[in-house]
Amino acid sequence: MLENLGERLQNVMSKIKGYGKITEENIGEMTREIRLALLEADVNYKVVKEFIENVKQKALGEEVAKSLKPGEMFVKIVKDELVALLGGEKQELNITGNPATLMLVGLQGSGKTTTIAKLANHLRKKYKKKPLLVACDVYRPAAIDQLEQLGRELGIPVYQEGKGNPIQIAENAVTYAKQNGYDYVLIDTAGRLHIDEELMQELKNINNEIHPQETLLVIDSMTGQDAIHVIEGFHSELQLTGAILTKLDGDTRGGAALSIRHLTNVPIKFIGVSEKMDGLEEFYPERMATRILGMGDLMSIVEKAEQVIDEESAMKAAKKMQKGNFDLEDFLEQLNQIKKLGPLENILKMLPGASKLGLNKVQINPKDMAHLEAIIQSMTKEERKDPSIIKASRKMRIAKGSGRSVEEVNRLLKQFEQMKVMMKQLKNGKMKMPF
Amino acid sequence: MGIFDKFKNLFQKEEKEELNRYDIGLEKTRKEFTSKLNLLTLKYNRINEEYYEELEDILIQADIGVNTVIRFIDRLKDRVKKENILNASDLKEIIVDEMFIIYVQNQIIVNKINYNKDGPTVILFVGVNGVGKTTTIGKLAYQMALQEKKVLLVAGDTFRAGAVEQLIEWGKRVNCDVLYKLDADPASVIYDGLEKAKREDYDVVLIDTAGRLQNKTNLMNELDKINKVIGKIIPNAPHETLLVIDATTGQNGISQAKSFQEITNITGIVLTKLDGTAKGGIVLAIKDSVGIPVKYVGLGEQKEDLRVFDIEKYIYGLFKEMDVEK
Repeated sequence: MLENLGERLQNVMSKIKGYGKITEENIGEMTREIRLALLEADVNYKVVKEFIENVKQKALGEEVAKSLKPGEMFVKIVKDELVALLGGEKQELNITGNPATLMLVGLQGSGKTTTIAKLANHLRKKYKKKPLLVACDVYRPAAIDQLEQLGRELGIPVYQEGKGNPIQIAENAVTYAKQNGYDYVLIDTAGRLHIDEELMQELKNINNEIHPQETLLVIDSMTGQDAIHVIEGFHSELQLTGAILTKLDGDTRGGAALSIRHLTNVPIKFIGVSEKMDGLEEFYPERMATRILGMGDLMSIVEKAEQVIDEESAMKAAKKMQKGNFDLEDFLEQLNQIKKLGPLENILKMLPGASKLGLNKVQINPKDMAHLEAIIQSMTKEERKDPSIIKASRKMRIAKGSGRSVEEVNRLLKQFEQMKVMMKQLKNGKMKMPF
Repeated sequence: MGIFDKFKNLFQKEEKEELNRYDIGLEKTRKEFTSKLNLLTLKYNRINEEYYEELEDILIQADIGVNTVIRFIDRLKDRVKKENILNASDLKEIIVDEMFIIYVQNQIIVNKINYNKDGPTVILFVGVNGVGKTTTIGKLAYQMALQEKKVLLVAGDTFRAGAVEQLIEWGKRVNCDVLYKLDADPASVIYDGLEKAKREDYDVVLIDTAGRLQNKTNLMNELDKINKVIGKIIPNAPHETLLVIDATTGQNGISQAKSFQEITNITGIVLTKLDGTAKGGIVLAIKDSVGIPVKYVGLGEQKEDLRVFDIEKYIYGLFKEMDVEK
């Protein structure tokens, strides 16, 4: 998602390696590149200035000058600054109330309704407790319908009173939740502009009546320089406790993330990474910074895998991967596991060095996955164990059996071989890390 | 002189007159807001590096693409040198003029909808999630219905929860028919919609589609299919394909324009949510690098809140001081 920023920064890093030493003269060129990269990523222009100034000062400091590896030191400085910008420590949700109330606010179209359903699903899964969704968007046509449909899909109840008074609805919902033993009350509100005084007053009134533990701003990760006005606008009226950055599965570089915490001190708590109902992840500043730098995000993959794949089979798969002697049979099993992980592109992007290998740009059509599966399933056990025995006549049979063409069978076999080679390299440490 | 140059001159001359008229008309309004450009001029009597830097900041803050801004500043510097301009106050008009050139270049830009003379005019709406496609359709339907056109809305977003209901509600609000099918493939809904439009002599068909992020291959393929289905039922349709872009969008807008342009022939942009603090400057970068003009702007949630895009008003708006600091 942030690969382009990562790539640009990586280019800068390799330049430094060439220079061997950071000086007043050559640092200008490097910081110029970083400035462009950050601005293209929609990082707030003031933050960019500050960032550049800080990096410059530290890079020219004594420590770096003395260092034998100024390139690595420079990377470290940039990374540390990025982590600092992103907020340092991960921030947990405050869900201590009985019931705990959470209110989601934001501009129109930022993804509040989708996000609140995902959040309810996440809380239910993580804490094994009962959430209640509350429909307080009484303005946008069919907003209540949307929340009800999502609630039905997830099996999470939705409290609604049609197009009533949002403040009253929120109050009633909390009472209802208390009476019926719900642990979390999640309030969906209508999208509004931060400069709409009337509608902002409405949110303040809800805030004053029910005192939510969390007031979370939902903000589109594609937002440009206006992000700061939006955040400050909502924060000054509502004292936000956090932000949720949505639509990060797009190709946006998400620079708004870099500005939110730094300029307002509002922590990012979650990120939205797919349209599916499990497409909400907790936000880890350190990981995000590492990901921006193109060092991959193995921790995110591990966590994601743990949620979906049972541990035992994950261990088994990992061992086979490491040995590098897996066959098409294992590959088939992997395919099934991977399918549970959600869009494969997201996983690939998180692998270390993904952008160097071009994996970040890989596009995978779910249909292609189904085709691969069909082809492998049309092979005999022997063929799966030892693909080298698959010659022309076997290929024809497999193609017929799977309803695919011989070319596709060939392609699969070739790709499988390439993958094996790649894995061996990974195992032998031949694959170079970005730095 | 080539025919295009002639057009260009003619057009630019006309536009200059427009601009002057606009200038006079705007005088009152302009006194009421503090123009960032005026402030800049007051601060820097003489044009120097800091002046350019601050100008660059203003333009970047408006989300005009970094590359477009850098090229713009370079051109400005050239012109200042060539015309020997020393005072910042002399530069104000030139800045507006140069901004105008970025957008217009040497083209003739038509804001009007390209109506089909031999049957229903088909307008397809595309864009990423949450930009305001359905709302824009409702507003445009209202305008067209006021012009006594028979308008059919087609609920081609069969994916997002509540999307069909949202369009149905807009249909009621603006008194237009809505064709929808629950749990159907978008292409099949659109097929039915276009057949109905032909059969029952609708003037305009507005087709809603699901929001899709431009890097999702399978969703973009679906859009390709939709496009082909439309062209099969009504030759040369869609007559307009409007890409809806949220004014708060940053640099990603360029990627959106490029990716959607690859799949469909985007004929114009609708810039929504311009009633907030966002300037939507990304449309200048899009025009500059992808060549797609803006046709409409969205200024609110009510049915009347859709306007034909006016580049002069827009450029002046870019320099308007934000009134968020109360």
